Amino acid sequence: MIGSLFGVLFDGFAYGMLLFLLSVGLSVTLGMMNFVNLAHCAFAMLGGYVAVTLMNGFGWPFFATLPFAFLAAALSSVVFERVLYRRLYRASDLDQVLLTIGIAFVSVAVAAYIYGTVQQPVQMPPYLRGSISMFGHSFGVYRLFLIGIALLITLLLVAALEYTRFGAKVRAAVDNQRMARGLGINVDGVFALTFALGSGLAGLGGALAIDIVGLDPAFAFTYLIYVLIVVSVGGLGSIGGSFVAATLIGISDVAGKYYVPQLGAFLMYLVMIVLLMWRPAGLFGRR
Amino acid sequence: MSVAALTPQTYLNDQARWTPVEIAFWAATLLPYWLFPDYLSLASQIAITALFALSLDLILGYAGIVSLGHAAFFGLGAYTAGLVSKHIWGEPITGLIAGALVAGIVGYAASFIIARFRHLALIMITLGMGLLLTELANSMHWLTGGNDGLQGVKMWPIFNTFRFDLFGRTAYGYSLIVLFLVFLVARRIINSPFGLSLRGIRENALRMPALGAPSRAHIRTIYTISAVMAGIAGALLAQTTETVSLEVLGFQRSADVLVILILGGAGRLYGGLVGAIVFMVARDQFSGNTPQFWYFWIGTLLILVVMFLPNGILGGLAKLTSRWRRA
Repeated sequence: MIGSLFGVLFDGFAYGMLLFLLSVGLSVTLGMMNFVNLAHCAFAMLGGYVAVTLMNGFGWPFFATLPFAFLAAALSSVVFERVLYRRLYRASDLDQVLLTIGIAFVSVAVAAYIYGTVQQPVQMPPYLRGSISMFGHSFGVYRLFLIGIALLITLLLVAALEYTRFGAKVRAAVDNQRMARGLGINVDGVFALTFALGSGLAGLGGALAIDIVGLDPAFAFTYLIYVLIVVSVGGLGSIGGSFVAATLIGISDVAGKYYVPQLGAFLMYLVMIVLLMWRPAGLFGRR
Repeated sequence: MSVAALTPQTYLNDQARWTPVEIAFWAATLLPYWLFPDYLSLASQIAITALFALSLDLILGYAGIVSLGHAAFFGLGAYTAGLVSKHIWGEPITGLIAGALVAGIVGYAASFIIARFRHLALIMITLGMGLLLTELANSMHWLTGGNDGLQGVKMWPIFNTFRFDLFGRTAYGYSLIVLFLVFLVARRIINSPFGLSLRGIRENALRMPALGAPSRAHIRTIYTISAVMAGIAGALLAQTTETVSLEVLGFQRSADVLVILILGGAGRLYGGLVGAIVFMVARDQFSGNTPQFWYFWIGTLLILVVMFLPNGILGGLAKLTSRWRRA
């Protein structure tokens, strides 16, 4: 029980880091523009498929595919943002939900058309496979690698947000969009860039997720629910909140499925509803 | 229009008058018996879906409460009606009432939560409740049959005379009559002062209390009514198909009904009805053996509707006719 507890905590934390990568972009863009983007995981899925195609079709090494997964998701998201999303910034929640659910539906259909509905097979490089043992416990190498990448990205994000000029603009726009505009900050431009960055991170997360959760066209909806839970529990526009919420959700999901498999995801949904009833704006949200 | 005609009472009376188009619409619902006798099962499904969409219209179209988990109440009604028939008796009307009651009680309890939230938290809570119920039904295999579905639902003839037949003749008549009765109730609600204040809540939830209309109490009432109607729709599906699968609770059904309502036109009594007809007939014709393509078209349609037809098919038609009248 105790030995397995450590393993569950480790796996849950690694899973949480994956959720964090997938959701942090949505949290920031939602906090800034209040735009409910349910197609966020479609961009993650795109990243995953780009990585799979480059690896299996062109024989690229795994690491080389990651930047392209990021870029593909980021660039395509900017196109969608400029063409479709920006027309609906002032529209109701409902219109935004409908538009982005529509995009997610289309992405699922296109993925199924090109790749079929089966899970994509991937072969990780040998140095990321297997496990190493430390302090009498064994750790999956890939999960350690995932945690490392996520922590690195978190550090970079926090540093960029706290210490750069661009970060200051983002914080200003999240805090008070109208005031930021009044001070001459180009909120639309900042938003487009943040949106691209967030979708890019989701794409990266999608590529990194394949080895742990697999990749099929249902990805855009399956993980959308996890991502939305992380975002709403963590609070909009808060990187720290997303980090804590993703860790919580990751560990509780893995623990729930390990110890009480008959309940499935029941526990996680219950935790989310109770948390939201207690704090509707999320754990770290202010609005 | 004179100034005196602008009192709320005359406005409501004016709205409540039956138009020839409405009467023609309901008369046309009888046509499948002669025109498409082979498609009566589909027609019955359409009537049930229309009823479900109507229930969502009351909270989403009129009160402005976005719900991504309305299938929860549909599923509750379906499972209740199915279980009543399996374990107690197969009498349809009491099964229908039982389904409505259970959905209504849960809806009333949930409405206290719903009325407190808006925006993303509301979307997430409705979504979460739907998922929660799905997981619950899945894990209570001994009661619901879990993934295998509820087997052994057998219905008695309605009033001991109308037997449920293979061609859906009774099923369609039964669904249609229930739909019409519930529609009358919904129509009465919408054309009452209460219905008018719901539209006020949709437009500005903070201002309504200032005008003396208790927003939260109104939201609780309409949410409960909507849950009852969704429960009736679910019970109808369970009774006419004599089976209940987990899919009645799923996210897919919540999303579909949202699409149907938006397609037809939210905030219009006939929006859900028209949407259900278009959606179900199109799905029957096009989905075939490749459901993925069906979702491609649904997705594209959603994008187009949001971008170019913000009030759905009926909104577009209304715009056209008003332009035509002015010209």
